[in-house]
Amino acid sequence: MAAPAVKQDATEARIAGLAMPDGAGWAQDARKAALARVREMGLPTRRDEYWRYTDPASLVQASAPRAAIFDDRDEPPVFGDIDKLNIVFVDGVFDADRSDPLDMAGLEIERLSDATATDIHWAKDLYGVRETAGQDPVARPLAALNTAFASDGIVIRATGKAEKPVCFIYLHRDETSDAILHHLVKVEPEAELTILEVGPAAARFNKCMEIDVADTGAFHHVRAQGRDHERRAATHMFARVGAESLYKSFTLTANGVMTRNEHVIEIVGDNASAHVAGAALGDGRNASFHHDDTVFITHDALNGESRQVYKKVLRNGAEGVFQGKILVKEGAQKTDGYQISQSLLLDDDSSFQAKPELEIYADDVACSHGSTTGAIDETALFYLRSRGVPTDIATDLLVIAFLAEAIDEIESEALREDIIARLMHWLERRRQG
Amino acid sequence: MLEIKGLAVKLEEEDKQILKGVDLSVEAGKVHAIMGPNGSGKSTLSYVLTGRDGYEVTGGSATLEGEDLLDMDPEERAAAGLFLAFQYPVEIPGVGNMTFLRTALNAQRKSRGEEEMSAGDFLKLIRAKAKDLKIDADMLKRPVNVGFSGGEKKRNEILQMAMLEPKMCILDETDSGLDVDAMKLVSEGVNALRDEGRGFLVITHYQRLLDHIQPDVVHIMADGRIVKTGGPELALEVEKNGYADILAEVA
Repeated sequence: MAAPAVKQDATEARIAGLAMPDGAGWAQDARKAALARVREMGLPTRRDEYWRYTDPASLVQASAPRAAIFDDRDEPPVFGDIDKLNIVFVDGVFDADRSDPLDMAGLEIERLSDATATDIHWAKDLYGVRETAGQDPVARPLAALNTAFASDGIVIRATGKAEKPVCFIYLHRDETSDAILHHLVKVEPEAELTILEVGPAAARFNKCMEIDVADTGAFHHVRAQGRDHERRAATHMFARVGAESLYKSFTLTANGVMTRNEHVIEIVGDNASAHVAGAALGDGRNASFHHDDTVFITHDALNGESRQVYKKVLRNGAEGVFQGKILVKEGAQKTDGYQISQSLLLDDDSSFQAKPELEIYADDVACSHGSTTGAIDETALFYLRSRGVPTDIATDLLVIAFLAEAIDEIESEALREDIIARLMHWLERRRQG
Repeated sequence: MLEIKGLAVKLEEEDKQILKGVDLSVEAGKVHAIMGPNGSGKSTLSYVLTGRDGYEVTGGSATLEGEDLLDMDPEERAAAGLFLAFQYPVEIPGVGNMTFLRTALNAQRKSRGEEEMSAGDFLKLIRAKAKDLKIDADMLKRPVNVGFSGGEKKRNEILQMAMLEPKMCILDETDSGLDVDAMKLVSEGVNALRDEGRGFLVITHYQRLLDHIQPDVVHIMADGRIVKTGGPELALEVEKNGYADILAEVA
């Protein structure tokens, strides 16, 4: 069914400013198909079922709204002490000079534009494929737009245990930049890969990552979205998770006038695990803050385990949204699905909306979900203060404590500690005004 | 050290007077005990002195070394040297015991204009003090009081007291939930802190704790007032005859 006229107009207005890259090679067909899907679905509006709590207008409009660049020069960078392979993008454009050579034992790693010029079967079988699969039953037109028009990206295949994480560093230097990046990740059997992402990337960022974790593979993802107050981001992670394999993703978000992070994961092999987690700190003091986590996990195999752990700390009118679904298909027996979404509201002006969904067609499963919204624990606060800890520091300690369950989903201790250290530093900076 | 004069307190939310004029003076170097039946206002007194929300002071005063306590925030009272060992120590998931104590210690030092303690010095100090209280390294690393037994929680309170070195220590039913061995350990911890410059106010139901922490002065509290004050023998009298006789005598 074609989209309504008003939607078609908005969609055409957005598409008008975009061009498919020259020499898209084997990706050309996928891009054209994606464009057709975008036109058919139309870009989202507030009236769409999964956009009721988040207004997509600024993510859809023809050009990126201006976003001031956050000055973090005097701050220790996220993942600064982690030994990793750095891949730098400036306003969505790969910067070879600032990046490490794309070379590491156990990995095949290339720029998307280079990869499309050669015949890489696995990448061809992935580009736009997971994204297409992820359009059903919930439309994700911004992801299809990405597949059609992505201007850059990285293609990685892990054939063994990667010796260190691969880190995408997304720098934002132009106040009106509008970046569309598309990454492909394939983790082969017995292989293990950690992808890190850090930075705002652009004034407006549309990112899509398609991930295929083969049987017995392991994929880890830790992300810190940039602190630029006015930045906007719509990100999608589409994953296919094979038997005996592991998929883990954690996102830290502090600041951002508009963020929509979607996860679409399909567990297709037996005995596999998928964990997705997020910790968001929203403060509407300097710019408004709206953060939306939308997760869809499908169990289509035996003995699968999944966890969704999302925590949000909101103040000064900050808005948090969580939409999380667990779909257990017929025959996916012994599925263990867990979902928790919680918000800590530090004042009466902030808000949190949660829409948990369970849809289960197997009869021998254990699925649980919970969602809470609460204020700071006054008893704990008094206990800390009675020992001499000032109210603001005590509050921050309780904030970190509240986020701990999500942060604990990061498997690597070094990465976990790095995230906690950065978080504490940011909170300290905030206390100092 | 601690001077309480005519302290009257009601609950903020309801019209219920809990303390009806408490007069109490704890000198430096002395241990005072407060005993009394349930509902007499003992715990309320400890909470009001440390600044917990939910109470309204309707009259009287409380000072620590001449400083008006009631005018200060809880953290300022702590920095001024007041410490409450809680009857029910609070579990704080996600906040490490060490992080908590180091933050508290350095915040107090900072507010007194003293230099903060380095991570190395802190570690050395806490290891030594924890050893005395038979608190192992694992307990120090765990989140504050989470998964601690009743006895471990009380020992952790005493550890905090030992680290923060307050001038005035209030122990609110520290003996509740302790077995004999734990009581001994906790009492030894408290006795080790007894010092000429430090005052103690020990709130308890039972004489038993006072066998280990011997008080200089014993007060009986009932219906929001101190109704009788005496020496250690008063505690023995309570143990033997209960509160009924004393309350009848002062009624």
